[in-house]
Amino acid sequence: MLEIISLAMMPAIVLIISVYGYIKGVDIYDTFIEGAVEGIKTAIKIMPNLIAIFIAIGIFRGSQALEMFINLLNPITNILGMPEEVLPLVMIRPLSGSGALGVVRDIVSHYGADSFIGIVASVMMGSSETIFYTMALYFGSIGVKDHRHTLKAALVSYIISIFITIFICSHLFN
Amino acid sequence: MINTIWFLLIFIGIIYGILTGNLDEINNIIIKEAGEGVTFGIGLIGIMAFWLGIMNIAEKSGLIKTISKGFRPMMRILFPDIPKDHSAERWILMNFIANMFGIGNGATAFGLKAMKELDTLNHNKKIATNSMAMFLIINMSSLQLIPLTVIKLRHDYGSPNPTAIVGITILATGFSTLVAIIVGKAFEGGRRC
Repeated sequence: MLEIISLAMMPAIVLIISVYGYIKGVDIYDTFIEGAVEGIKTAIKIMPNLIAIFIAIGIFRGSQALEMFINLLNPITNILGMPEEVLPLVMIRPLSGSGALGVVRDIVSHYGADSFIGIVASVMMGSSETIFYTMALYFGSIGVKDHRHTLKAALVSYIISIFITIFICSHLFN
Repeated sequence: MINTIWFLLIFIGIIYGILTGNLDEINNIIIKEAGEGVTFGIGLIGIMAFWLGIMNIAEKSGLIKTISKGFRPMMRILFPDIPKDHSAERWILMNFIANMFGIGNGATAFGLKAMKELDTLNHNKKIATNSMAMFLIINMSSLQLIPLTVIKLRHDYGSPNPTAIVGITILATGFSTLVAIIVGKAFEGGRRC
Protein backbone atom coordinates (compact mmCIF):
# COMPACT_ATOMS: atom_id res chain seq x y z
CA MET A 1 0.00 0.00 0.00
CA LEU A 2 2.74 2.43 1.04
CA GLU A 3 4.73 1.44 -2.00
CA ILE A 4 1.82 2.24 -4.32
CA ILE A 5 1.30 5.64 -2.72
CA SER A 6 4.96 6.56 -3.01
CA LEU A 7 5.05 5.30 -6.60
CA ALA A 8 1.97 7.29 -7.56
CA MET A 9 3.00 10.51 -5.81
CA MET A 10 5.20 12.12 -8.44
CA PRO A 11 3.11 11.18 -11.51
CA ALA A 12 -0.05 12.31 -9.70
CA ILE A 13 1.44 15.72 -8.83
CA VAL A 14 2.69 16.24 -12.39
CA LEU A 15 -0.68 15.20 -13.80
CA ILE A 16 -2.74 17.45 -11.54
CA ILE A 17 -0.52 20.49 -12.04
CA SER A 18 -0.29 20.19 -15.82
CA VAL A 19 -4.03 19.52 -16.24
CA TYR A 20 -4.90 22.44 -13.96
CA GLY A 21 -2.44 24.73 -15.75
CA TYR A 22 -3.66 23.70 -19.20
CA ILE A 23 -7.32 24.25 -18.32
CA LYS A 24 -6.50 27.65 -16.83
CA GLY A 25 -4.90 28.62 -20.13
CA VAL A 26 -1.34 28.89 -18.83
CA ASP A 27 1.38 28.52 -21.45
CA ILE A 28 2.62 25.45 -19.60
CA TYR A 29 5.62 24.61 -21.78
CA ASP A 30 7.24 28.05 -21.55
CA THR A 31 6.33 28.29 -17.88
CA PHE A 32 8.03 24.97 -17.19
CA ILE A 33 11.17 26.10 -19.03
CA GLU A 34 11.24 29.38 -17.09
CA GLY A 35 11.15 27.49 -13.79
CA ALA A 36 13.64 24.88 -15.00
CA VAL A 37 16.18 27.58 -15.86
CA GLU A 38 15.97 28.78 -12.29
CA GLY A 39 16.33 25.21 -11.01
CA ILE A 40 19.52 24.71 -13.02
CA LYS A 41 20.97 28.01 -11.85
CA THR A 42 20.22 27.15 -8.23
CA ALA A 43 21.72 23.67 -8.50
CA ILE A 44 24.95 25.04 -9.95
CA LYS A 45 25.07 27.83 -7.42
CA ILE A 46 24.91 25.44 -4.47
CA MET A 47 27.63 23.12 -5.78
CA PRO A 48 30.50 24.93 -3.96
CA ASN A 49 28.49 24.64 -0.74
CA LEU A 50 28.03 20.92 -1.31
CA ILE A 51 31.77 20.40 -1.89
CA ALA A 52 32.63 22.35 1.27
CA ILE A 53 30.15 20.41 3.41
CA PHE A 54 31.12 17.01 2.02
CA ILE A 55 34.84 17.57 2.54
CA ALA A 56 34.51 18.82 6.12
CA ILE A 57 32.23 15.99 7.19
CA GLY A 58 34.32 13.46 5.27
CA ILE A 59 37.51 14.52 7.08
CA PHE A 60 35.82 14.49 10.47
CA ARG A 61 34.36 11.01 9.99
CA GLY A 62 37.26 9.45 8.10
CA SER A 63 39.87 10.54 10.67
CA GLN A 64 37.98 8.62 13.37
CA ALA A 65 37.60 11.90 15.28
CA LEU A 66 33.87 11.25 15.41
CA GLU A 67 34.44 7.91 17.17
CA MET A 68 36.67 9.67 19.67
CA PHE A 69 33.85 12.10 20.52
CA ILE A 70 31.37 9.28 20.86
CA ASN A 71 33.66 7.54 23.36
CA LEU A 72 34.10 10.78 25.27
CA LEU A 73 30.36 11.41 25.49
CA ASN A 74 29.40 7.86 26.37
CA PRO A 75 29.53 8.19 30.19
CA ILE A 76 27.43 11.37 30.12
CA THR A 77 24.70 9.96 27.93
CA ASN A 78 24.61 6.76 29.98
CA ILE A 79 23.72 8.80 33.04
CA LEU A 80 20.94 10.51 31.08
CA GLY A 81 19.41 7.15 30.21
CA MET A 82 20.26 7.04 26.54
CA PRO A 83 21.04 3.53 25.27
CA GLU A 84 24.72 3.70 24.33
CA GLU A 85 24.16 1.81 21.09
CA VAL A 86 22.27 4.77 19.60
CA LEU A 87 24.82 7.43 20.58
CA PRO A 88 26.75 7.14 17.28
CA LEU A 89 23.47 7.73 15.46
CA VAL A 90 22.66 10.75 17.62
CA MET A 91 26.07 12.23 16.80
CA ILE A 92 26.10 11.52 13.06
CA ARG A 93 22.47 12.32 12.25
CA PRO A 94 22.82 16.15 12.27
CA LEU A 95 25.94 15.89 10.08
CA SER A 96 25.25 13.32 7.43
CA GLY A 97 22.10 11.54 6.25
CA SER A 98 23.87 8.72 4.43
CA GLY A 99 26.25 8.25 7.37
CA ALA A 100 23.31 8.02 9.75
CA LEU A 101 21.56 5.50 7.53
CA GLY A 102 24.73 3.41 7.64
CA VAL A 103 24.62 3.44 11.45
CA VAL A 104 20.96 2.43 11.45
CA ARG A 105 21.86 -0.43 9.10
CA ASP A 106 24.58 -1.61 11.51
CA ILE A 107 22.22 -1.41 14.48
CA VAL A 108 19.37 -3.20 12.72
CA SER A 109 21.62 -5.98 11.41
CA HIS A 110 23.32 -6.42 14.77
CA TYR A 111 20.40 -6.16 17.21
CA GLY A 112 17.48 -6.97 14.90
CA ALA A 113 15.01 -4.58 13.31
CA ASP A 114 12.35 -5.19 15.95
CA SER A 115 14.55 -5.13 19.05
CA PHE A 116 14.15 -2.11 21.33
CA ILE A 117 17.41 -0.60 20.06
CA GLY A 118 16.39 -1.33 16.47
CA ILE A 119 13.05 0.43 16.93
CA VAL A 120 14.62 3.45 18.66
CA ALA A 121 17.19 3.79 15.87
CA SER A 122 14.55 3.46 13.14
CA VAL A 123 12.26 6.05 14.72
CA MET A 124 15.16 8.43 15.43
CA MET A 125 16.30 8.20 11.83
CA GLY A 126 12.78 8.85 10.55
CA SER A 127 12.02 11.77 12.82
CA SER A 128 15.14 13.92 12.42
CA GLU A 129 17.04 15.81 9.73
CA THR A 130 20.61 16.59 8.68
CA ILE A 131 20.85 19.91 10.50
CA PHE A 132 24.36 20.96 9.50
CA TYR A 133 23.87 20.17 5.82
CA THR A 134 20.52 21.96 5.58
CA MET A 135 21.79 25.07 7.33
CA ALA A 136 25.02 25.38 5.37
CA LEU A 137 23.18 24.81 2.12
CA TYR A 138 20.17 27.08 2.65
CA PHE A 139 22.01 30.01 4.21
CA GLY A 140 24.96 29.52 1.86
CA SER A 141 22.68 29.76 -1.17
CA ILE A 142 21.71 33.35 -0.32
CA GLY A 143 24.94 34.40 1.38
CA VAL A 144 23.59 35.02 4.87
CA LYS A 145 26.50 35.08 7.32
CA ASP A 146 24.91 35.69 10.70
CA HIS A 147 22.47 32.85 11.36
CA ARG A 148 21.45 34.23 14.77
CA HIS A 149 19.61 31.67 16.88
CA THR A 150 18.96 29.11 14.10
CA LEU A 151 21.56 26.48 15.01
CA LYS A 152 21.09 26.87 18.75
CA ALA A 153 17.33 26.38 18.45
CA ALA A 154 17.72 23.47 16.03
CA LEU A 155 20.19 21.64 18.28
CA VAL A 156 18.21 22.25 21.47
CA SER A 157 15.03 20.93 19.87
CA TYR A 158 16.98 18.02 18.36
CA ILE A 159 18.25 16.96 21.80
CA ILE A 160 14.82 17.34 23.39
CA SER A 161 13.32 15.32 20.55
CA ILE A 162 15.79 12.49 21.06
CA PHE A 163 14.71 12.06 24.65
CA ILE A 164 11.05 12.30 23.69
CA THR A 165 11.66 9.59 21.07
CA ILE A 166 13.35 7.29 23.59
CA PHE A 167 10.53 7.95 26.05
CA ILE A 168 7.82 7.22 23.48
CA CYS A 169 9.57 4.05 22.30
CA SER A 170 10.12 2.65 25.77
CA HIS A 171 6.46 3.24 26.64
CA LEU A 172 4.93 1.97 23.43
CA PHE A 173 7.37 -0.86 22.84
CA ASN A 174 6.41 -3.02 25.80
CA MET B 1 28.29 29.70 13.35
CA ILE B 2 28.66 27.46 10.29
CA ASN B 3 32.04 29.12 9.90
CA THR B 4 33.16 27.80 13.29
CA ILE B 5 31.67 24.34 12.82
CA TRP B 6 33.28 24.01 9.42
CA PHE B 7 36.62 25.03 10.87
CA LEU B 8 36.30 22.66 13.82
CA LEU B 9 35.32 19.67 11.68
CA ILE B 10 38.36 20.16 9.45
CA PHE B 11 40.78 21.19 12.20
CA ILE B 12 39.90 18.41 14.64
CA GLY B 13 39.70 15.89 11.81
CA ILE B 14 43.13 16.66 10.39
CA ILE B 15 44.88 17.01 13.76
CA TYR B 16 43.33 13.76 14.96
CA GLY B 17 44.31 12.15 11.67
CA ILE B 18 47.92 13.27 12.15
CA LEU B 19 47.98 11.97 15.75
CA THR B 20 46.57 8.58 14.79
CA GLY B 21 48.63 8.24 11.61
CA ASN B 22 45.56 8.36 9.39
CA LEU B 23 46.95 10.92 6.94
CA ASP B 24 46.69 8.89 3.75
CA GLU B 25 43.05 8.25 4.55
CA ILE B 26 42.49 12.02 4.81
CA ASN B 27 44.16 12.59 1.46
CA ASN B 28 41.82 10.06 -0.12
CA ILE B 29 38.80 11.61 1.54
CA ILE B 30 39.52 15.13 0.31
CA ILE B 31 39.89 13.96 -3.29
CA LYS B 32 36.89 11.64 -3.08
CA GLU B 33 34.51 14.02 -1.30
CA ALA B 34 35.33 16.97 -3.57
CA GLY B 35 34.30 14.82 -6.52
CA GLU B 36 31.31 13.53 -4.58
CA GLY B 37 30.06 17.10 -4.04
CA VAL B 38 30.18 17.77 -7.76
CA THR B 39 28.52 14.46 -8.64
CA PHE B 40 25.77 15.10 -6.12
CA GLY B 41 25.29 18.65 -7.40
CA ILE B 42 25.08 17.50 -11.01
CA GLY B 43 22.59 14.86 -9.96
CA LEU B 44 20.49 17.64 -8.47
CA ILE B 45 20.48 19.79 -11.63
CA GLY B 46 17.95 17.72 -13.56
CA ILE B 47 15.56 16.99 -10.74
CA MET B 48 15.63 20.58 -9.43
CA ALA B 49 14.97 21.90 -12.93
CA PHE B 50 12.04 19.50 -13.14
CA TRP B 51 10.50 20.45 -9.78
CA LEU B 52 10.90 24.18 -10.20
CA GLY B 53 9.53 23.91 -13.75
CA ILE B 54 6.44 22.00 -12.62
CA MET B 55 5.89 24.23 -9.62
CA ASN B 56 6.20 27.31 -11.80
CA ILE B 57 3.14 26.03 -13.67
CA ALA B 58 1.37 25.44 -10.36
CA GLU B 59 2.29 28.97 -9.27
CA LYS B 60 1.28 30.72 -12.52
CA SER B 61 -2.02 28.82 -12.76
CA GLY B 62 -2.96 29.90 -9.24
CA LEU B 63 -3.02 26.33 -7.91
CA ILE B 64 -0.51 27.00 -5.14
CA LYS B 65 -2.41 30.12 -4.12
CA THR B 66 -5.60 28.08 -3.79
CA ILE B 67 -3.88 25.41 -1.71
CA SER B 68 -2.08 27.90 0.51
CA LYS B 69 -5.30 29.72 1.48
CA GLY B 70 -6.22 26.96 3.89
CA PHE B 71 -2.84 27.20 5.62
CA ARG B 72 -2.81 30.99 5.93
CA PRO B 73 -3.67 31.20 9.66
CA MET B 74 -0.90 28.76 10.54
CA MET B 75 1.62 30.59 8.35
CA ARG B 76 0.69 33.94 9.91
CA ILE B 77 1.51 32.62 13.37
CA LEU B 78 4.80 31.00 12.30
CA PHE B 79 5.97 33.78 9.97
CA PRO B 80 4.42 37.08 11.03
CA ASP B 81 7.15 39.01 9.17
CA ILE B 82 6.10 37.82 5.72
CA PRO B 83 3.66 40.29 4.13
CA LYS B 84 0.28 38.97 3.07
CA ASP B 85 0.24 37.21 -0.32
CA HIS B 86 4.03 37.28 -0.64
CA SER B 87 5.36 34.32 -2.65
CA ALA B 88 7.82 33.38 0.13
CA GLU B 89 4.86 32.03 2.07
CA ARG B 90 3.82 29.78 -0.80
CA TRP B 91 7.30 28.35 -1.38
CA ILE B 92 7.71 27.65 2.33
CA LEU B 93 4.43 25.79 2.26
CA MET B 94 5.47 23.80 -0.81
CA ASN B 95 8.71 22.89 0.97
CA PHE B 96 6.78 21.69 4.03
CA ILE B 97 4.39 19.62 1.91
CA ALA B 98 7.19 18.07 -0.16
CA ASN B 99 9.04 17.26 3.07
CA MET B 100 5.96 15.68 4.64
CA PHE B 101 5.50 13.36 1.68
CA GLY B 102 9.17 12.48 1.45
CA ILE B 103 9.94 14.21 -1.86
CA GLY B 104 13.43 15.16 -0.72
CA ASN B 105 14.86 16.78 -3.85
CA GLY B 106 11.61 18.66 -4.48
CA ALA B 107 11.75 19.94 -0.91
CA THR B 108 15.32 21.16 -1.47
CA ALA B 109 14.34 22.96 -4.67
CA PHE B 110 11.35 24.69 -3.03
CA GLY B 111 13.29 25.41 0.15
CA LEU B 112 16.10 27.17 -1.72
CA LYS B 113 13.50 29.14 -3.67
CA ALA B 114 11.80 30.06 -0.39
CA MET B 115 15.11 31.32 1.00
CA LYS B 116 15.59 33.44 -2.11
CA GLU B 117 12.14 34.96 -1.66
CA LEU B 118 12.75 35.54 2.06
CA ASP B 119 16.00 37.24 1.09
CA THR B 120 14.05 39.85 -0.92
CA LEU B 121 12.31 40.80 2.35
CA ASN B 122 15.59 41.08 4.25
CA HIS B 123 16.92 44.58 4.93
CA ASN B 124 20.32 43.38 6.08
CA LYS B 125 21.45 40.71 3.62
CA LYS B 126 24.13 39.31 5.93
CA ILE B 127 21.85 38.64 8.89
CA ALA B 128 19.13 36.00 9.03
CA THR B 129 15.56 37.18 9.64
CA ASN B 130 13.18 35.60 12.14
CA SER B 131 11.28 34.01 9.28
CA MET B 132 14.42 32.46 7.79
CA ALA B 133 15.41 31.07 11.17
CA MET B 134 11.92 29.73 11.88
CA PHE B 135 11.67 28.19 8.41
CA LEU B 136 14.95 26.35 8.82
CA ILE B 137 14.31 25.31 12.42
CA ILE B 138 11.01 23.69 11.38
CA ASN B 139 12.62 22.21 8.28
CA MET B 140 15.45 20.72 10.34
CA SER B 141 13.07 19.19 12.87
CA SER B 142 11.96 16.73 10.15
CA LEU B 143 8.44 16.76 8.76
CA GLN B 144 8.45 13.48 6.87
CA LEU B 145 5.41 11.37 7.70
CA ILE B 146 6.43 8.03 6.19
CA PRO B 147 10.17 7.25 6.45
CA LEU B 148 10.44 5.09 3.33
CA THR B 149 14.22 4.52 3.43
CA VAL B 150 14.02 3.26 7.01
CA ILE B 151 11.09 1.00 6.16
CA LYS B 152 12.98 -0.43 3.21
CA LEU B 153 16.04 -1.01 5.37
CA ARG B 154 13.94 -2.82 8.00
CA HIS B 155 12.39 -4.92 5.25
CA ASP B 156 15.85 -5.80 3.87
CA TYR B 157 16.96 -6.95 7.32
CA GLY B 158 14.09 -9.36 7.69
CA SER B 159 11.67 -7.49 9.90
CA PRO B 160 8.30 -9.30 9.79
CA ASN B 161 6.57 -5.92 10.08
CA PRO B 162 8.78 -3.17 8.60
CA THR B 163 6.03 -0.55 8.81
CA ALA B 164 5.53 -1.10 12.56
CA ILE B 165 7.48 2.09 13.26
CA VAL B 166 5.28 4.38 11.14
CA GLY B 167 2.86 5.29 13.93
CA ILE B 168 5.61 5.96 16.48
CA THR B 169 7.62 7.91 13.91
CA ILE B 170 4.70 10.19 13.06
CA LEU B 171 4.18 10.80 16.77
CA ALA B 172 7.91 11.51 17.29
CA THR B 173 8.03 13.78 14.23
CA GLY B 174 4.98 15.66 15.47
CA PHE B 175 6.62 16.22 18.84
CA SER B 176 9.96 17.22 17.31
CA THR B 177 8.27 19.81 15.08
CA LEU B 178 6.20 21.17 17.97
CA VAL B 179 9.32 21.43 20.15
CA ALA B 180 11.16 23.14 17.28
CA ILE B 181 8.44 25.78 16.88
CA ILE B 182 8.35 26.50 20.63
CA VAL B 183 12.15 26.64 20.98
CA GLY B 184 12.44 28.69 17.79
CA LYS B 185 9.89 31.24 19.01
CA ALA B 186 11.53 31.36 22.45
CA PHE B 187 14.95 32.14 20.94
CA GLU B 188 13.62 34.82 18.60
CA GLY B 189 13.78 37.45 21.32
CA GLY B 190 12.78 41.00 20.70
CA ARG B 191 15.10 41.58 17.78
CA ARG B 192 13.43 42.09 14.42
CA CYS B 193 15.01 42.68 11.09
